[in-house]
Amino acid sequence: MIYTFDGSLTGLLTAVFEWFERKPGRTHLQLTGIFQPDAFTESFEVITNEEKADRVWKGLQKKLKKDWQRTFYCSYLSEIPEAYNHLFQFAIYIFKSEIGAAANYGNDHVIALSKYAKSVEREKHRMEAFIRFQKTGDGLFYTSIDPEFNVLPLISNHFKNRYADQQWIIYDLKRKYGLYYDLNAVEEVTIDFSDGAKSSNPSPALMDEKEELYAMLWKDYFKSANIVARKNTKLHLQHVPKRYWKYLTEKQLA
Amino acid sequence: MSDRIREKLNILADAAKYDVSCSSSGGTRKNDNKGIGDSHTSGICHTYTEDGRCVSLLKILLTNHCIYDCLFCVSRKSNDIKRAAFTVDEVVDLTMNFYRRNYIEGLFLSSGIFKNADFTMERLLLVCKKLRLEQRYNGYIHLKTIPGASDELIKEAGLYADRMSINLEMPTEAGLKLLAPEKSHADVIKPLGFVQQNIVQFAEDKKLIKHVPKFVPAGQSTQMVIGATPESDKDIMYTANAFYKNFSLKRVYYSGYVPISNDSRMPILGTQPPLLRENRLYQTDWLMRFYGFKVQEILNDANPNLDVDIDPKLSWAIRNMQHFPVDINKADYKMILRIPGIGVMSAKKIVQARKFGRLRIDQLKKIGVAYNRAKHFITCADSPYQIKDYQGTQIKAFIMADSQSKYLKTDNNQLILF
Repeated sequence: MIYTFDGSLTGLLTAVFEWFERKPGRTHLQLTGIFQPDAFTESFEVITNEEKADRVWKGLQKKLKKDWQRTFYCSYLSEIPEAYNHLFQFAIYIFKSEIGAAANYGNDHVIALSKYAKSVEREKHRMEAFIRFQKTGDGLFYTSIDPEFNVLPLISNHFKNRYADQQWIIYDLKRKYGLYYDLNAVEEVTIDFSDGAKSSNPSPALMDEKEELYAMLWKDYFKSANIVARKNTKLHLQHVPKRYWKYLTEKQLA
Repeated sequence: MSDRIREKLNILADAAKYDVSCSSSGGTRKNDNKGIGDSHTSGICHTYTEDGRCVSLLKILLTNHCIYDCLFCVSRKSNDIKRAAFTVDEVVDLTMNFYRRNYIEGLFLSSGIFKNADFTMERLLLVCKKLRLEQRYNGYIHLKTIPGASDELIKEAGLYADRMSINLEMPTEAGLKLLAPEKSHADVIKPLGFVQQNIVQFAEDKKLIKHVPKFVPAGQSTQMVIGATPESDKDIMYTANAFYKNFSLKRVYYSGYVPISNDSRMPILGTQPPLLRENRLYQTDWLMRFYGFKVQEILNDANPNLDVDIDPKLSWAIRNMQHFPVDINKADYKMILRIPGIGVMSAKKIVQARKFGRLRIDQLKKIGVAYNRAKHFITCADSPYQIKDYQGTQIKAFIMADSQSKYLKTDNNQLILF
C-alpha cells in the first residue's frame, strides 16, 4: 500500500490517523507530487485534515517525552522525502508500543529520526552561529540565508530573546519567507525582490554609516586572532564548510 | 580615528590570542530586562580561524603594557613590540557592535599589568559595569582575575562576569620559576580559592534567600603552557587533576607553546608547536571529566608520558586486557564507556536500546559505534566466535594498520626537547 500526502506536517499526521482507521497493513508514505503510480501497488491520497492531525499529535504528546517530540518535529523540518516515511512508520510504531519505545535505538525508524534530527539541529546551531547581521540606515538588522533545512521555526526564539532591543529580519531565500522582529513579536514575512533589489546584500547606500567600519574591524580581528604557526586548513574547513562562507563577513575579501 | 582603533585592535587581539580559552558555555544570564543578549547554555562558536580554533568571544587585552617580564609572554616588558591601550568606552563600543551583528557570543577581557594590580583590575571592572548597567548587556563576559588585586575588586567583578580565570602558566612551580622568577603558583591559588569560596557562599545563600545576584555563574578556568618547560605529561595532568578537585574548575586549558623568544631556556623560534601532545592531553582531560577515568589509571610512574601513536583510551585498554572483552548486552554503563570506539552518546544509546532486545553488530554500527575499533574489545549478540586470544600489542597493530593518523604528517615536527 502507498499513501500519498501534501508534504505538510498536518498532512503527515493525518496520514497516521487514516492508517489506523483503515489498517491496510504495510504502507509506504510518499509526497503526492513525486508519486508515480504503478500497476501492482494500491495507493491512497491522504486529504489533509486539521482535526485528525490534532488528535494524532495529542496522542504522540502522551506517548513521547519532550525531547522526542522535538526530534519528531526536527525530522519533519529536514524536508527529506525519505524522512516523511520514517516519521510515518515511527508514529505507527510508537502508538503500537508501550510508553518509552522511542528509546529503542535498535529500531530503524528510531535511529533514522535521531539522525535526521541531529542534522537539522546542527544546521540550526550553525545558523545561530554563522548569521551576520548588517545594520541598515534606519536601524534594522538584516540578513538573508539559504539553509539546507527549514530551520527558521527553530531559531526564532533564540534571536528574539537575544536581540530583544533591536529590530531584525532573517530571510530564507530558498524557501522565500523570513522572520521579522518589531521589538515586540516575531512574525513571518515575505519580501518581493522582483524589482531588482539585491536580496543577499542590501546596497551600501542603504547601510548605517558605521556598518562598513565594524565589518572591517571584525575582519581585522579575525586575522589577528589566527596563530600562523598552528595553521590547520583541514580543521578549519571541517568547522566552517565552504558553503557557509557566503554568510561570513570575515570570509569576504573586499 | 578609525585607523587608530584598527591598529589598537590588531595589537591587542594579537597579544590576547595565546590565551586559548574561548568557551562561552555555562552562562545562565537571561534577557529579562528587555536589553540585549541572552546566554546559550552550551555556548556558540561563531567562527573558526585558519588554525582551526573556535572564535566565540572578542578576546582582547585592555592593554599590552606590562610591568612584568615573563619569558613565555609576548607582552613581557623587555620585548620590543608596539604597545597600545584601549579606553574603557572603546571596549564597550566594540563589544556591543560586534554582539549586535551576531559576530560574537561575548567578551573575553584580559590585560597586561600597568602601574599595579588594583589599577588594572579597576579598569577591567569598569568595562563590565558599563556593559551590564549602562548597555543592559546580558551576553557572556569572561574576565581575567589579575593576580594581586584586592579581594573587594575581585568580588565585585564576580558579580558582573560569567566566568573568571587566572592562568597557572607553567605546570609546575619549578617551571614557572625558571621563566618568570617574579611569579609563583601561590599568586594564582589565592585568588582562585577566593573566587571559589564566594561561588560556594552565593550558592548557599541562594538556598535561603530568593534573590541572590549571580556570582561567576560559569565558574573558573585556568591554562598551562605545554612544551616550554621540561614537565612530563604526568606532571601536567596531575597538576590539572589537583586544580579540578581543589577549585572545582570548569576547564583546564593546555596551550602548546608557540615560540616567541630566542631565550636559550626555551624552544627556539621556528620550532613547531606541540600540537599532537596538546591533543593527547585534552583527550586525557576528557577521559577524566566525562569517562570516569582516574588520572592515575592513565598516567603513572610506569607510564609518565602519553602514547604518541594511539589515543589514551585505547592505550589504557590494551594495557588492561584483563577487563575485555566486554559484553555489550550485560556490562554496566561505566564499563561500556571505557571501550575504545564507543563514546558517551553511543554508550547511552546502547544501555537504552538493549532493554528492547540483545544488540547485534549492525545495530551497534547504526548507533554510531566505531565498530572496527570496538570489535576487539566487545562481544554482542552475533559476535563471531574468536578462536585466538590476541595480546594487547597485537590488537594495537591491527588497529593501527587500518586507521590513519591525522597527525602522521606532522609527527616529525614534534618538539624534541629533552
